Amino acid sequence: MITKNAKLNPDIFNNDVKQVPIRSGFGEGLLEAGKLDERVVGLCADLTGSTKMDSFAKEFPERFLQIGVAEQNLASVASGMAAMGKIPFISSYAMFSPGRNWEQIRTTICYNDVPVKIAGSHAGISVGPDGGTHQAVEDIAITRVIPNMVVLSPCDAIEAKKATIAAAKTKEPTYIRLAREKTPVITTDETPFEIGKAQVVFEPNDSKDVINVLIIATGALLYKALMVAKKFEKEKEISIAVVNLATIKPLDTKTLTPLLKKAVSIVTVEEHQVAGGMGSAIAELCAKVAPKPIEFVGVKDLFGQSGTPEELIEYYGMGEEAITDAVNRALQRDF
Amino acid sequence: MGNITDEKICVLQEHANNVRTSIVEMLQAAGSGHTAGPLGMTDIFTYLYFHGLTHDPKNPSLETRDRVILSNGHICPVLYAVMAHSGYFPVEELLTLRKFGSRLQGHPHREFLPALETSSGPLGSGLSQAAGMVIADRIDNGKSSNRFFYCLTGDGELNEGQNWEAIMLAGKERNHNLIAIVDRNNIQIDGFTEDVMPLNNLKEKFASFNWHVQEIDGHNFEMIDDAIQQAKTIFDMPSVIIANTIPGKGVGEFERKPEWHGKPPQGDIAEKALEELRTLGGKITCGDK
Repeated sequence: MITKNAKLNPDIFNNDVKQVPIRSGFGEGLLEAGKLDERVVGLCADLTGSTKMDSFAKEFPERFLQIGVAEQNLASVASGMAAMGKIPFISSYAMFSPGRNWEQIRTTICYNDVPVKIAGSHAGISVGPDGGTHQAVEDIAITRVIPNMVVLSPCDAIEAKKATIAAAKTKEPTYIRLAREKTPVITTDETPFEIGKAQVVFEPNDSKDVINVLIIATGALLYKALMVAKKFEKEKEISIAVVNLATIKPLDTKTLTPLLKKAVSIVTVEEHQVAGGMGSAIAELCAKVAPKPIEFVGVKDLFGQSGTPEELIEYYGMGEEAITDAVNRALQRDF
Repeated sequence: MGNITDEKICVLQEHANNVRTSIVEMLQAAGSGHTAGPLGMTDIFTYLYFHGLTHDPKNPSLETRDRVILSNGHICPVLYAVMAHSGYFPVEELLTLRKFGSRLQGHPHREFLPALETSSGPLGSGLSQAAGMVIADRIDNGKSSNRFFYCLTGDGELNEGQNWEAIMLAGKERNHNLIAIVDRNNIQIDGFTEDVMPLNNLKEKFASFNWHVQEIDGHNFEMIDDAIQQAKTIFDMPSVIIANTIPGKGVGEFERKPEWHGKPPQGDIAEKALEELRTLGGKITCGDK
């Protein structure tokens, strides 16, 4: 059942669950962060509307900088502004930032350890018709590997808004992963959010000492993970818990370690390459604190292509059926 | 011409010679590093740290200080040397360059030496950071801010496309507090710049992006001073000073030779170089070291 204190959207399992693009939450959050702190500035590489930086730019024109199609400059100009005491948010598509400008992010932002916040919109395969060039499925890997970097991956627009406001208050370089498409609203304004916290959002009906399958999901696919967990609820002998991992780095080892110890097997779910992604981060922790079998739901060393988001999620094995299969495989596995 | 006095020029020349001596000593001790660029840029760095900058070596975080952004981080021996000689840290510390635990990393790292304005090494990102600093300063202090942001770049470094992204932006934003100084020494690792990747007419290139352009002899303190003073008077565009320099300047053996771009002086060559510097090229006799 849904964890009570997670205070999730009560309509979550309804067919007409509200759907909002995650990037919209970023836009609202940035506007709010800008009102709360005048040090917040926004920089964009010619994608102000589609990365949802437009409302900030309209409200604070003197604190908004149009960089043009120049993502390397975007990152380093922001670094210079941060060195002067600003809290810059830079936005583009994840493929270009942190994709194209990775070295500038590493050297001028993370090596300098300045509080630049990188909003990577249109992350994941669900970008859809634009095709593989625009589908960033490597961004978690390339950001989490950089020292000093915090990596956030909100599951819906409300969480993206909270993540953005929270990121504006920290001194760490931070990557915020955002998606283009409308996705179900999973959380509510009351759902707790804290950078660095993993959250159990679904737990077995009667608290057992053992979790047969622990599903750890990040981003919009959390919704599909919850649908799968709900389906398995009818099978009384199987206990399933679901964790929303909105902060991929630093990992919330305090919350995760006891869960990993309780779990017989684990399924990770992310709209990202399996190599180097959130599942890999979990595997790194798991191997250290509680070695368990893990099934990884994600893109398996492939590039994307054009299609509708749903078609692509199914084709690349990240839909409800694929997650169900992964849970079934996990149930068969035993150490 | 002629705002700077002859006496001041004599003093700067003496500092420059000491800085060059330190550069050779520190590279010799390190056993690796770049020789030509630091020696070639010594006069400009000496001018800035001993005359041109608003700064306080005893209070590196002085709020009103000018900023120096070194884009081509590999010439950091000259930055470290002028910082030490002007009082930021003890001159003896220069000999720790590139050694484990040293604040003087092989390429500058601000986390190790907080008096630095940025970390650099990978080429081409200094102008972007400098432009960002100017824009942030403008948000806080308006267009009449009299703080200046000096970005020092190499010429080979201008192969990096990011520079031109920054040059476009600074021109668009009319970042008049930005003064870029290009070390036009005509060499880079693989040879002469015009063979590796021609820069052709740099003056016209910058001018076409709405920059104020000056070209000077980068070893002539009077010209350096005039160019900086003029750059400061420009109000509606960023300034670039293309400083023609001799790579390896000050040591005959190293001058104008691309092969000295990326290696340190060792053994007899280092000793000969130090003697040349300490005797001002044989003009005076050298007493004890």
